[in-house]
Amino acid sequence: MRAVFETFRRDFALMWNGGGGALAPLGFFLGATSLVPLAMGSDRALLAAAGPPLVWIAAALAVLATLERLFQADLEDGSLDQMLLSPTPLEALVLAKGAALWCAVGLPLALAGAPAAIALQAPAAHVPVIVISLALGMAAFIAIGLVGAAVTAGVRRGGVLIALIVLPFFAPPIIFGAAVAQGEAVAGAMAILGGCALGALALGPIAAAAALRLQAE
Amino acid sequence: MGAGRPFREEPKLKVAGLSVARGGRLVFEGMSFGAEAGDFIELRGANGSGKTSLLRAIAGYLRPRSGVISFEGVEEPALCLHYLGHLNGLKPASNVSAHLRYWAGLFAGAVDIAAVMSGVGLGASADLPARALSQGQARRLALARLLVAPRPIWLLDEPAAALDAQGRTLIASLIEAHREQGGVVLAAVHEPLGSAPSQTLQLSDRT
Repeated sequence: MRAVFETFRRDFALMWNGGGGALAPLGFFLGATSLVPLAMGSDRALLAAAGPPLVWIAAALAVLATLERLFQADLEDGSLDQMLLSPTPLEALVLAKGAALWCAVGLPLALAGAPAAIALQAPAAHVPVIVISLALGMAAFIAIGLVGAAVTAGVRRGGVLIALIVLPFFAPPIIFGAAVAQGEAVAGAMAILGGCALGALALGPIAAAAALRLQAE
Repeated sequence: MGAGRPFREEPKLKVAGLSVARGGRLVFEGMSFGAEAGDFIELRGANGSGKTSLLRAIAGYLRPRSGVISFEGVEEPALCLHYLGHLNGLKPASNVSAHLRYWAGLFAGAVDIAAVMSGVGLGASADLPARALSQGQARRLALARLLVAPRPIWLLDEPAAALDAQGRTLIASLIEAHREQGGVVLAAVHEPLGSAPSQTLQLSDRT
């Protein structure tokens, strides 16, 4: 348990004050969503219909950008070797790193979803549910992303490769997240979104740890 | 468990008929040796002769092509050893004491971190981020990892790299203390480390 906590603490601290760039994805997200009204023009009805789901696309891309260095740095500096010698299973340590990423990047992105959704003409009453759905969606994105980050840890400039591996698996959360953002069948979509997050959280760390063990060779 | 011998049972390491391949090329084959409590085995050989591969195979990172690596007197092989490789395993933005706290958590060690820091000569650098450390200081910090959680088998890959004369003396004393406590040390070296090895393994150059 202590190893999991210390891993979480170290990763969280490195993302916020170590130049790990927790703010960069946030800036990307807000920048991308604020460009949408500029591109789509001043038709409020059009924006209200097409805008809120774009919050989801921007959030997915913002989280992708954080994945490349997640395990690559550990592989390059020798930290991964040490993680493999811990009495705590690598799966748990990987989950701790994912949790740190969610707290440092996922949660702020979900909260930033509120102003972004309002700017894209989402009804104010929908905003709380959009934020909650984004928080769930971020958990799913990050848990899936762990696998992509682990598989490509040894690849230089693996960012594009991560996107190719991971984006197809982002489809379910995007579909149901966009449904929530548009206010369609919110309860059902939220339940499925929660299911996506839980399923990804259960399987992602196991697959990522298996890939990392191979990387250590 | 005596005070001088912290390890529950005497650790024993046995390697029999070990062959390791890297990138499809056989690095060495038929390697056999054994180590018992208090032993210090020196690995010598030219660059590319497989010293690192041997250490990484024993640590469990590399799957050997054939042969057996067995441990006695330890519960779980991967949990009974420390591996100090070429890479120090440091995060540039994290400071010295944060590294030690993290490792103590990672390896479930319960030791006084301040004592470990001064033990490796980093007592005055506790709040320095790793990026501000010199090469030698970074190596000392990596050496401190050996002390945050007592483990019977140490695998050291050129531990003296980047260290000054004092640092070399430090390594020699760490190895001596570890042997006295009944530990096993396996080190790849180019220069003698100061502690008299109980065995020297010469890895032959195959290129």
